[in-house]
Amino acid sequence: MKPFTTLTGVAAPLPVANVDTDKIIPARFLKTLTRTGLGKALFDGLRYDATGAERPDFVLNREPFRKAEILIALDNFGCGSSREHAPWALADFGIRCVIAPSFADIFYNNCFKNGLLPVTLPREVCEQLMQDTELGSNARVTVDLERQMVVRANGEEIPFTVDAGRRHSLLNGLDEIAETLTQDPAITRFETGRAAREPWRPAISLES
Amino acid sequence: MTPADNRRTGQTLFDKIWSAHLVETLASDAALLYIDRHLVHEVTSPQAFDGLRVNGRRVRRPDATLAVPDHNVPTAHRDQEITDPESRLQVATLVENVAEFGVPFIPLNDVRQGIVHVIGPEQGASLPGMTIVCGDSHTSTHGALGALAFGIGTSEVEHVLATQTLVQAKAKSMRVRVEGQLGAGVTAKDMALYIIGRIGTGGGTGYVIEYAGEAVRGLSMAGRMTLCNMSIESGARAGLVAPDDVTFDYIRGRPMAPKGADFDAAVAYWRTLVSDEDAVFDHEVVLDAADIAPMITWGTSPEAVIPVTGQVPDPAEITDPAIRANQERMLDYMALVPGPILGTPVDVVFIGSCTNARIEDIRAAAAIANGRKVAEGVRALVVPGSGLVKLQAEAEGLDNVLTDAGFEWRDPGCSMCLGMNEDKLTPGQRCVSTSNRNFEGRQGPGGRTHLASPAMAAAAAVAGRIVDCREYGG
Repeated sequence: MKPFTTLTGVAAPLPVANVDTDKIIPARFLKTLTRTGLGKALFDGLRYDATGAERPDFVLNREPFRKAEILIALDNFGCGSSREHAPWALADFGIRCVIAPSFADIFYNNCFKNGLLPVTLPREVCEQLMQDTELGSNARVTVDLERQMVVRANGEEIPFTVDAGRRHSLLNGLDEIAETLTQDPAITRFETGRAAREPWRPAISLES
Repeated sequence: MTPADNRRTGQTLFDKIWSAHLVETLASDAALLYIDRHLVHEVTSPQAFDGLRVNGRRVRRPDATLAVPDHNVPTAHRDQEITDPESRLQVATLVENVAEFGVPFIPLNDVRQGIVHVIGPEQGASLPGMTIVCGDSHTSTHGALGALAFGIGTSEVEHVLATQTLVQAKAKSMRVRVEGQLGAGVTAKDMALYIIGRIGTGGGTGYVIEYAGEAVRGLSMAGRMTLCNMSIESGARAGLVAPDDVTFDYIRGRPMAPKGADFDAAVAYWRTLVSDEDAVFDHEVVLDAADIAPMITWGTSPEAVIPVTGQVPDPAEITDPAIRANQERMLDYMALVPGPILGTPVDVVFIGSCTNARIEDIRAAAAIANGRKVAEGVRALVVPGSGLVKLQAEAEGLDNVLTDAGFEWRDPGCSMCLGMNEDKLTPGQRCVSTSNRNFEGRQGPGGRTHLASPAMAAAAAVAGRIVDCREYGG
């Protein structure tokens, strides 16, 4: 996984609450077999009209936000389905960080598996950061995971927190499966212990 | 929590399942949790199997894994090849992956095929006290059996395939007690929508919800599955109901359930899976079942819900500008104005999905359809949750009741819940749907979704407009 350490980039405002995963990437784009290539379908319903033409008023269709690497939104971002295609689409577009007052659990968790950092900040701070984006191409925001600090265009620093384990994995781009496989003896111990204690537990079997 | 703490304070059902699956504590906020059941479907698994392949890893426990295609399968002409090339490839890829990795698989032409959350309980694969995951947010359905069941992303699908565990932070606990009894024509779906309306779409975020109280205990297993299914629509990680005799009667005799002395040993353990009297929840909500009417959503978030006799709210009465703007957008998308929702004309009715496609749901729809006709100009689909649900309904003659009334009787799958197959709304169409999400474009680009119970949906089909199912004997 691509590590996330610090990022300075254009932040795009999306002042909408409950941005659901169907909005981020509609179900008809989930027929892919890969993790890449979904950026063009990101926010499809908001970004394009029925003919497939760009809606000029949508933020990611406007300069300088076409190159946004940070997205700022309102409460409950990423609610709905568990589709990891949502962070894949964001990442494929070029967004590496989403800032919002709150996130849906599964989306939040999925971000960390894909080098994407979700930052939780109070609503008034998110609104302030959205106002900063009106500064145009000067509206560059820095997100520093090492120091857990968002730096506004005017230099003001805003602290945030991410739990220690996730922060460590993201900073170092760790392969979580490889980490867990080092616990193999403990997993085997758990399995054998329980099989002895609870022999009634059935296996999946499709023979009828 | 240390063992000493356990003796001092009571444990919740969630605590008990959690501690029974703890492989290792990794940090103060992270644990390695053992997973008993992993359900796999075609949409969120290809990248996970690919990851195993790239890294030379195997599936650790094929005997704890069950795969089935459901999300983008057609619901008609099953004898023919899938027409959509991308859907065909995705289903074919699942077939190849399960063969390569030795994962038990129910193919499309098997009578046991169906929506993954319908077939897990139906086959006895999902049992009380288990940890159950699937790359699908409605995995919370299996919590109805008293299991800890939750949706995961594809990276975690790969993690479970490779290690049979997940790295998890323990969620907080919430108990939602619904006391008293539901009125006539009021179902588990209405209860679920009412709860989401009360706590909001973010109200459950960070929590595992235990549903309790007289009205919850009074639900059938199908009703409990509907209720737990929609936990995610309040943001909850999972929802569960403590297992009881209703649960054990449901499980007895199912193909993969323990048999004979093993079943008795299992039940003895399952009976311990209740929250202790002195268990403390991080949050508690108490509701009165008598306050719940047949519900219907009016907006593009499940929390935008009202009793069918209620009023679509007026944004002008909202002071917070962000919330007002959001409501205005929802009304605009839904082409609704403030005022009564009763009488709103509908174009399509969808009865199906992991929320409401079990035999009890089909019976409820057929009871209303019986002797009536689908209104002119309305398309009404009934998509059973599994091949076995379909067979059962046909054995009861429900297919004839429905088709005589003008409903389409389809093959099992997720279908119009998310429109990954041919079953989708066209722009501007208004649909009363028994599914779980009314997001913009969920059932097809530009489609307008009203979530409701099977009785409400069937009544809308025959009336051609949104009506109170209680006036149709629902």
